[in-house]
Parts: sequence; structure tokens; C-alpha cells
Amino acid sequence: MYDTGKIIVGLAIFVGLVTSPIWLNKGKAAPKPSPKLDTPAIQQLEKKECVESRQFMRSTHMQLLNEWRDRALRKGERRYINKKGEKIYISLQNTCMKCHSNKKEFCDTCHNYTDIKPYCWDCHFIPEGRKTWASTEGHS
Amino acid sequence: MGIDRRSFLKIVGLSALGVSSGAWEVLQPGEVDAAHGHAAAEHVEKAATRWAMVVDMRRCKDEKGCTKCIDACRLVHNIPVIDNPKREVKWIWKEEYEHAFPDSHNEYMPDELKETPFILMCNHCDHPPCVRVCPTKATFKRPDGIVAMDYHRCIGCRFCMAACPYGSRNLNWINPRPYIKEINNEFPTRMKGVVEKCNFCVERLAKGLQPACVEACHCGALLFGNLHDPESNVRRVLRSNVSIRRKPELGTHPCVFYLV
Ligand code: HEC
Ligand code: HEC
Ligand code: HEC
Repeated sequence: MYDTGKIIVGLAIFVGLVTSPIWLNKGKAAPKPSPKLDTPAIQQLEKKECVESRQFMRSTHMQLLNEWRDRALRKGERRYINKKGEKIYISLQNTCMKCHSNKKEFCDTCHNYTDIKPYCWDCHFIPEGRKTWASTEGHS
Repeated sequence: MGIDRRSFLKIVGLSALGVSSGAWEVLQPGEVDAAHGHAAAEHVEKAATRWAMVVDMRRCKDEKGCTKCIDACRLVHNIPVIDNPKREVKWIWKEEYEHAFPDSHNEYMPDELKETPFILMCNHCDHPPCVRVCPTKATFKRPDGIVAMDYHRCIGCRFCMAACPYGSRNLNWINPRPYIKEINNEFPTRMKGVVEKCNFCVERLAKGLQPACVEACHCGALLFGNLHDPESNVRRVLRSNVSIRRKPELGTHPCVFYLV
């Protein structure tokens, strides 16, 4: 056989390249997200409950937000009645984010895990109590 | 087959007539438009509420240089202040009579009128051309007469800007956030590539509040109320004063009235 050495080296490089994602990401496996609920607003709640059940929120909050958006803007109804019959004021910034004021430790932990980037924050505020943008944020 | 030339032509002629008379009805623009317009007018009449604004320039003109209404709107809606007139974004603004009412201008009218800047905003027309042309229905008419925007659907095509005869709509040519002077954390901003305009403060009306400009105006030059209620503030004022509207000849039926 000719060039056995070269072929073996080539094969080794090939296998290395093909499996490189595994090696490069070794030990960096994204941990299962654990969204944090310890915000001041939630701590003050008597019953630690979301606008709907936890299971519903986990699986369906994106649809709920779409429904809220269409209700508020297209139908002009800003009240949402949840499954328990409670009236809730429809607002992403002034309802959801008042309780979940820790977007980084809450929304983002899951969204980073599933690698989705909702574009809502181009317009809606991330709760940080910002007073001005003029110098802090350039163009995005 | 037992069909001669003559009866064949008869059948062809009759069916052509049948088809075309059907098509005639559909294609007749007047008829369809009239029916449509009629339905729309009925719809407007049925609604219990039809929001409208009255701008009393007789009061406003005494407050030279006052920008309270404009400032309030800016703050409440996070409107950027961009100096370049080609990029600016405005919901409520000042304009000379000559430009606001180009067809009813003449050189012999009182100097006072010529010199006073008028307060302009979206007219929330009964027949809004912007709504007609919007390809995504991002702008639409609410039953209470407000021409609203669903910013989530706006694709920034600017048809509405071309259609609006009042210059009430602006595109965000650049990211507006760095140009917002003072921030209201309760209301979203917009982003580059989205059109925006006055919304008659739908978000405040939903809470039972008056529009921000009306609340801020301390000389009582802005009146906001229900046109469909004969006893409302706006109806009373319009009954006892002569009012004008911008470019009424266009048939858009503006719902912002001016007292001069
Ligand atoms: C009154 C405060 C409050 C409001 C308002 C609120 N949440 Fe929650 N949310 C909570 C609490 C407390 C939990 C945990 C519920 C539980 O453990 O049963 C939670 C849970 C969730 C979860 C599930 C998290 C998980 O670990 O499974 C999601 C997703 C969520 N909320 C999203 C939202 C969205 C979106 C909105 C607005 C539509 C919203 N929340 C409004 C308090 C709130
Ligand atoms: C328990 C994990 C979890 C939490 C907490 C969570 N999300 Fe999500 N969210 C998801 C997942 C998973 C998806 C993607 C679903 C899909 O791909 O269809 C999603 C999708 C969305 C979407 C739709 C995005 C798109 O591109 O269509 C929005 C909007 C959204 N989330 C808002 C929020 C907000 C606001 C919060 C915080 C208040 C939040 N989510 C908290 C898991 C979470
Ligand atoms: C182009 C800017 C823009 C983007 C992007 C955007 N929004 Fe909005 N959104 C607005 C504006 C402006 C309003 C109107 C607020 C009002 O009238 O009170 C609004 C209203 C809403 C409302 C109802 C009222 C309220 O105060 O929350 C919901 C719910 C909402 N948006 C959800 C979303 C979600 C979820 C996303 C991301 C998937 C998103 N929006 C992205 C600009 C935007």
C-alpha cells in the first residue's frame, strides 16, 4: 500500500473536523433553564400565581400575548378575563413585566435555551427604570 | 345534430346577454361604491360614540409660543425629537394657516389669522384614505371613529403617507430611541421602519382619561368629545360656533374642527 500514513492523517483530520461541534461545545451544554420568580412584585403576592396556570403559561404564553395584542389594539378591549374569572389589565409592559421584572433571569433563560429572540423589545420596554437613551444606546 | 345556424346564433346571443348583464351589475362602479358607502355611513351612525376634537384657535392664539399640548403628547407616547424635517416624527404639531388650509387662504384675511400657528393632528377621518391603501390592515378604523394603528403589522411601505392629504403620518427612518428626550416607561416606543401618527390616545380613553394634549392645554383651546351625543361638549360648541375643517372638499370627512 502506498501513502498509508497520509491517508490515516487525513482521516484523523476529517473525523476531527466532523465531530468538532461535539468537542468545542463539550462541557458547555446549556443547562436546563430555571426561570427565577423572586422579583419584588411576585414576593409581595399572597398567592404566587400567574395570570393563568403555570402549565398554561409555560406552553401557551406566546399565543396569549398575541391574543392580548389583538384584543387591545384591534378590538379596543383592554380587559382579559382569565379562566378563574379574574379581570386582568392587558399590557405586556405594565402587567407581565411588572411581575416578571427580571427579564434576564426569567424570559431570557428559556428563550436562550431554545434560541429564540422575540423582537418585542425593539419597542416594548425592558423593565430597568431607564430615564434616557440618548447616550446609553446607539443604533440597533 | 339538428341545430341550424340561426338557432345557434340565437342561443349564443341570449347567453352573451345573460352573462354580460350579470357582469354589468358587478362592474358598475357607481352602484357598488354607493352600496359600500351607504353601509359605511350606516355603520358610523349606529355606533354610540364618535370621538372628535375641537380646536378653538381664538383661545390658542393668545398663548404665543405655548407648546404644552405638543410636549404632553411627546412625553406620553415617547415621540422622538429629530431636527431634520425629512426624518421628524410628529403626532401633534404647529402649522401656518396658509399651509393648513391652502384652499381657503386669501391675502386680505386678518393678519392675526395669517400669523397664528394652527394646532394640527391626525383628522381621524370618516373616510380615511390611509386605511383604504394599507395592504396589511395595520391601520384601520375603530367603531368609535378613531383611525388606529396596529404597529405590529406595519411593514413600512408608506402607502398611507402618500394617501394622507394632511401629512399626519411619519415613518421612522432611524431608530427613534436615542432621540427620545424623556421616557415614559408605560408606553412602547416604535422602531425603525414603522409608520406612526396620533391615536387620539386610545390607551388613555381605555382608562377613562382625556387625551394627553387636552389635559395639558390650560387655556381650554382643545375640546374632545362624542359627536354622536347631541348634548356632548363638542356638539354644543359646534352648534353655537362656526367651525372649519381641513380640506373638506376631498371628501375624507375630518373629525378635527377649528374655531377661528
Ligand atoms: C401577578 C404577577 C404576574 C403577572 C402579572 C404575570 N405573571 Fe407570569 N408568573 C407569575 C408567577 C407567580 C408564576 C409562577 C406560577 C406558579 O409557580 O404556579 C409565573 C409563571 C409564569 C410562566 C411559567 C414559568 C415556568 O417556570 O414555567 C411564564 C412563561 C409566565 N409566567 C409568563 C408571563 C407572561 C407572558 C405574563 C403576561 C401575559 C405574565 N407571566 C404575567 C406571576 C405573574
Ligand atoms: C418556561 C420557559 C419560558 C419562559 C419563562 C418564558 N418563555 Fe417565552 N417562549 C418559550 C418558548 C419555548 C418559546 C418558543 C415557542 C415556539 O418556538 O413556538 C417562547 C416564545 C415566546 C414568544 C414568541 C416568540 C416568537 O418569535 O414567536 C414570545 C413573544 C415570548 N415567548 C414572550 C415571553 C415573555 C415576555 C416572557 C417573560 C415574561 C417569556 N416569554 C418567558 C419559553 C419561555
Ligand atoms: C414596532 C414596535 C413594536 C413591536 C416590535 C412590538 N410592539 Fe407590541 N405594541 C407596540 C405599540 C406602539 C403598542 C400600543 C400600546 C398601546 O396602545 O397601549 C403595542 C401594544 C401591544 C400589546 C397590547 C397593549 C400593551 O400595552 O401591551 C401587546 C400585548 C403587545 N404589544 C405585545 C407585543 C409582543 C408580544 C411583541 C413581540 C412579539 C410586540 N408587542 C412587539 C409596539 C410594538
